[in-house]
Amino acid sequence: MKIPSPLSDGTSTPSGVDDKDRGGRHITGTLVRSLRTSVPVLPFLAYITLGLLVPTLVIINLAFRSDRGALTLSNISTIVHGGEYLTGFENSIKLALATSIIPAVLGTMLAYAIAQSRFEFLKRLVATASGVLANFGGVNLAFMFVATFGANAIVTSWLARLGLNPWSHGFDLYKLWGVAFVYFYFQVPLMVLIITPALNGLRPAWREAAENLGASRWRYWRHVGVPVLMPSVLGSTFLLFGSGLSAYATTEALTGGTIAITPIQIGAYLQGNVISGEEHIGYALGFGMIVLLLISILGYVLLRARSSKWLQ
Amino acid sequence: MASVVADNIVDFELPMVPLDLTKRRRIHWGRGLILWLAAAYFIIPIYAALKFSLQDISGKFSLSPITAIPSQPGLAAAFFLSMRLAFVTLAIVLFLMVPTMIYVHMKMPRFRRFMEVVTILPIVIPPIVLILGVLEAAPLWLKSSPYLLSLVYVVLAMPFVYRSLDSGLGALDVKTLVEAARSLGSGWISTIWRVLVPNLRSALLSATVLTLALVLGEFTMASLDLWETLPVWIVDFDQTNAHISTAVAMLSLLGTWALLTLIVSIDRSNSRRRRRNRAS
Repeated sequence: MKIPSPLSDGTSTPSGVDDKDRGGRHITGTLVRSLRTSVPVLPFLAYITLGLLVPTLVIINLAFRSDRGALTLSNISTIVHGGEYLTGFENSIKLALATSIIPAVLGTMLAYAIAQSRFEFLKRLVATASGVLANFGGVNLAFMFVATFGANAIVTSWLARLGLNPWSHGFDLYKLWGVAFVYFYFQVPLMVLIITPALNGLRPAWREAAENLGASRWRYWRHVGVPVLMPSVLGSTFLLFGSGLSAYATTEALTGGTIAITPIQIGAYLQGNVISGEEHIGYALGFGMIVLLLISILGYVLLRARSSKWLQ
Repeated sequence: MASVVADNIVDFELPMVPLDLTKRRRIHWGRGLILWLAAAYFIIPIYAALKFSLQDISGKFSLSPITAIPSQPGLAAAFFLSMRLAFVTLAIVLFLMVPTMIYVHMKMPRFRRFMEVVTILPIVIPPIVLILGVLEAAPLWLKSSPYLLSLVYVVLAMPFVYRSLDSGLGALDVKTLVEAARSLGSGWISTIWRVLVPNLRSALLSATVLTLALVLGEFTMASLDLWETLPVWIVDFDQTNAHISTAVAMLSLLGTWALLTLIVSIDRSNSRRRRRNRAS
């Protein structure tokens, strides 16, 4: 093995740090060498290509094909021109907005409270719970909420005894906003997990400096805390938006697929509930979700790049 | 499924912000309130679900849903299918990612930026969309095997595995370790297995736990690929007996939680012991 030179310059090939070729005299030689350097990452690239790129391209391709295989925009226009599919996208976006913005605020507050608390046990409990709940997700949450907030369930009956039965005040666990309420249960922990590193970047020294200069708590947050955290919080909100947009398991397990949101419609399509003449509509729905998620991930990446400047 | 970049789930180091070293040692009612509310919010549904799963059909307290679990038709098969998928997924993802990541950290640091973006993509492409494309693109012989799910779960697990390995490797001086091992005559395989893997233990543990939790809880893809894994069984069986279904759901959730806490605390106490040994 060659001992890598710490002096390798910034103009070397995109992959080789230990590339000794300075000045680019042997461009082909450099190319061959950099290709050889990349051989060990080929399995990874191949896996990503087959497991992620190919399926995505297949969806995008089929979204623009008619049933006979000709290029067409009719699948897309079926969606855009109203009807249940457009409603599905509207509902999905509403759901994702509500379950990203509110949990982002609550999650940031909770993460801050965890960070500042002196009760070790409580901190540990909330922290590990966040880890499990953000990741385990789906089916189990649906069952927990049916047992908690269902029409005859425990918390419902507690509240009913107080005269505050949520079901008689317009709450319905099996409708869109009931589902949103369940999503909070994994979105808030998810926010706690994502935002904690950013809170760690909020140096105590800044606060002490502000206090020494006579800043009140409000002014510290107004001029230091919030501006520093803002890019991270917004970036994480985009991520929560993506997560809320694509969640399927919770809604399916909770409602059996009676709510018109896009993931449920794609699921119904895959289960074979297809109207004739719309055989490729499922792929167009998938394509629409990919576009929405690309927008949200772009927001995340841009804001993250900005916040990482401060939080190193 | 909300399984996103939770890289630090096991190494969830709680920040120590020594604000209270300043002269005023206020009592922060607001913070305590938020924490207690959060704890209640997390615990009440768990309590309610546990209570519900300890009731018979008439709503009386009973252990029968728990004792009836082992004899439910299809449950054992679903459980073992989930376990097999979990272990196959874990084996593939570690075998693929560990050598790649070690190599990238040593020789191609610029490639990390690319990997970072690529491993966000499984979050961009949601499971429901990915399975749509996979079922269209996969060859027939693969589609008839449950292990197609494992192959796709590897993609879903990549974000976590990448992030825990990346932070684990970032904390090591990989080059020095490898050069030392190599110059002492160790081969590549034994360098990885006997030098790097022990040093990466906590990163590997967190990758393992996250992958297992992901596979054991995954519903979307399994149900649409028509394999009855544990979560699919839970939902299907709900029609028959909701109490038993809820009991199984809670057991799997709490089981994962316990496993996670156990692994974290074993890891914590080990690293503490190591630190103490080094200090003395």
